[in-house]
Amino acid sequence: MQPDQALMEARMQAALWHPETPEGLGQAEGLDRRFAVYRNNVQHGLTRALAARFPVIERLVGAEFFTAVARLFAAAHPPASPVLSDWGEGFPSFLRAFPPAAGLPYLPEVAQLEWLRGIAFHAADAPMADPAALGAVDPARLVLRLAPAVQAFASDHPAVSIWRMNQQGAPRSAPPKGPEFALIARDAGFALLTEPLAKDQHAILTALLQGQSFAQAAQTDPTPLLALLLRHRLIAQIEEQP
Amino acid sequence: MSDPDFRLPARPGVGFKPEHYREALTAPLGFYEVHAENYMGAGGAPHAMLERLHADHAISVHGVGLSIGGAGPLDPEHLKRLKILLDRHQPESFSEHLAWSSHGAAWLNDLLPLPYTDQSLATICAHIDEVQTTLGRRLLLENPATYVTFAESTWAEVDFLREITRRTGCGLLLDVNNVFVSATNHRKDARAYLAEFPLSAVGEIHLAGHESEDLPDGPLLIDSHSRPVADPVWALFADLITRTGPLPTLIEWDNDVPGFDVLLAEAARAETLLEGVRHAA
Repeated sequence: MQPDQALMEARMQAALWHPETPEGLGQAEGLDRRFAVYRNNVQHGLTRALAARFPVIERLVGAEFFTAVARLFAAAHPPASPVLSDWGEGFPSFLRAFPPAAGLPYLPEVAQLEWLRGIAFHAADAPMADPAALGAVDPARLVLRLAPAVQAFASDHPAVSIWRMNQQGAPRSAPPKGPEFALIARDAGFALLTEPLAKDQHAILTALLQGQSFAQAAQTDPTPLLALLLRHRLIAQIEEQP
Repeated sequence: MSDPDFRLPARPGVGFKPEHYREALTAPLGFYEVHAENYMGAGGAPHAMLERLHADHAISVHGVGLSIGGAGPLDPEHLKRLKILLDRHQPESFSEHLAWSSHGAAWLNDLLPLPYTDQSLATICAHIDEVQTTLGRRLLLENPATYVTFAESTWAEVDFLREITRRTGCGLLLDVNNVFVSATNHRKDARAYLAEFPLSAVGEIHLAGHESEDLPDGPLLIDSHSRPVADPVWALFADLITRTGPLPTLIEWDNDVPGFDVLLAEAARAETLLEGVRHAA
């Protein structure tokens, strides 16, 4: 009897995450070792893909720990599509629920920061508004549409400082304590931005991203955020509410 | 072949890596190849780089994600994203693999082998028809590097590929390293495989490096794309192009990627061989 092709796939898929070689393969010397090439390709490939997306997490926990947690994540939450840049959104919460990482409470937040940087990297291109238009709009009716790459990031721990200190060549010092906030985006030359924000500026950015008008969003002085948005040309459209 | 769907020049190309972008812009190469799935984000640097490269070089989009050899239906969302990519960049060629890589909802991130049976033949031909109809163009299908075979296979791989081209009109991408790796692993003769291969359908050649382990009865070669092309593979290539004439020839190097100069040196070696048969013709 010929095994069904789908059944053979199911057996092989199961064997990619378990040590038994599937039935139905042609007889050959070293069959276990032969099938292990596929198992290794899958596990190594997914682990490296996750490491490329979360390089600071790998640096913080070390390669051995990272490989172990990445394999568990990949087996439990495999990619749903071949576009690997879409994979890993659940990794921060997986780390939060991972008992061996409980001693590093900032880890899921640093992972979330790295996830958002990836979103910014691949986000849609957008036209840039002419800043001169700001002066021509009644401030009470001003609406700012930000570039699709712009993200607001908040953490209960100093995740932004920890992330910064773990960049190549960054000086190491004790991180500050307490919550931190950032704007994540990319500039016109495609460089990724991770700009620290004060708590109130983060609140304004979040409100703008939710579509609130500038007057509604700016509950405190918005000058620092506005300067950042203008400097990196992150305002896609300047509109006037009717 | 002179064909609107396959317009790569019969010259060497290399797999494009973003870290080589500056040097790649002005390099004397016939084309660059990119993996389709790395260019499916909405925007940003990947698309901008591809556009700039395409201004001066032909582009080959090489898919690794359709799971065209799988038993189940194609992923319509992925096919849609592929169409968007090809419509946006209008590459000179599109290719995919004789392999499967997803089962159910999970993407397995490797090119897995399939049994060669009447059933799997009918399925893959239906998949290729669907892809070619959706994309509005034909594709090149690549022969795999394999480490196992299947008890139930009733077709030889070359016959299976020939029959696929006959039923679907697709072309073939002949990976000479894959031929050498598979033949060595299955204790077969790579030259005999190439003697049987339907060469008139070949629109592109791949060359890559492999690694080697020892099994009790001989070597186990692994298609690692992490090393220079091996000498026996160069010899098969040199022999092959005397039969086919010059063809677009890609140097693939995806792991432990070296400096761009190393890729250029490999491409220059291919160019010398292609020039030899061009002048002999």
